Amino acid sequence: MPSNHPDNFGSIKGAYKQGCKDALAIPALILGFTYMGFGALVSETGLEIWHALISTGINWAVPGQIATMELYAIDASLLVIAAAVGLINCRLMPMTIVLMPHIRNKTSPRIAYYFFSNFIAVTGWAAAMKQCPRLPEEQRLPYFVGFVVPLWSICMLSTCIGFYLPDVLPAEVTMGLVFLNPVYFMLVFLADFSQPGRPTALILGAILGPLTFLLTPDWSLLVTGLFAGTIAFIVSEYFPKDKTI
Amino acid sequence: MPELHDIFTPEFMAPMAALGVAAAVTYFWRGLGVAVSGKIDKDSALFRWVTCVAYALLAGLIARMILLPIGPLAELGLGQRAGATIISLAVFFLTRKNLLAGVASGAVALVLMAKLGPL
Repeated sequence: MPSNHPDNFGSIKGAYKQGCKDALAIPALILGFTYMGFGALVSETGLEIWHALISTGINWAVPGQIATMELYAIDASLLVIAAAVGLINCRLMPMTIVLMPHIRNKTSPRIAYYFFSNFIAVTGWAAAMKQCPRLPEEQRLPYFVGFVVPLWSICMLSTCIGFYLPDVLPAEVTMGLVFLNPVYFMLVFLADFSQPGRPTALILGAILGPLTFLLTPDWSLLVTGLFAGTIAFIVSEYFPKDKTI
Repeated sequence: MPELHDIFTPEFMAPMAALGVAAAVTYFWRGLGVAVSGKIDKDSALFRWVTCVAYALLAGLIARMILLPIGPLAELGLGQRAGATIISLAVFFLTRKNLLAGVASGAVALVLMAKLGPL
């Protein structure tokens, strides 16, 4: 796990390798099973393998992919799909803003960040947030890319495998596979829970997320993020002792 | 070789349109994040606020995915999902924060409860 890692992998090549090694362990195992669940879901929706692969290929992030399938299955209009997926995935903007200073370096062209931002999703983001700030600047983007590109490739392969599995898989197992994902995310954040400023944001977000969803499913995340995030910010700015809880 | 219109049937293209729209709005947020990030100082209060918002959004989304999911998990009762989550948390802390043990026990518990009914 990254917590035992040194602050320097020796070279840019070493950073790519270590990123790859870290991804092709528990993250690849869990996301691999999750994406088998997603592949099975697409196949149950009655779509083709290409649809499943396009979704994982260019819209990589589980919650938005499941929402797209779910909405397509009930014949939602393109506008409804755009709005719903946009609101679910709006978290990717603050996530990208927060990650960028930790992966940026002076030599990589801007286009590289615009390209690799496609691979920002919870698992790779959490790993990079933990490891990259400790690395020399030139090893940061390589570590992130070394982590997410192999992870994404595993997800593509698993989507494919899962697509052809539903005939074999009982519905309960598909549910178990899809359930892996939120539980894994929850434990990843619990494992790093005590980082400065995080506990208030995580606890308030976890409480407000489901509550606001009951009131307004579409706007729930935006309201949760702004409200819980702002309170957590005020608490950590004005009661600095809480930073070390 | 099949003709092009044999491949690009409405049954093939209608879902592609939905997937394309979903991918476009998703990339909008990521690309906007990259564009904006150059203008925000890492040591500013604004950056610290955005960090808090990001973590709150993630926690909110994860809690919602577990307690009030959309997709196949919605067929199960809240008690089954909450029960599986509690089992997962218990195993995670009992095994000194072993991710794999925690996640696997939660998923296995969910599958068993889905098959046999709630505990």
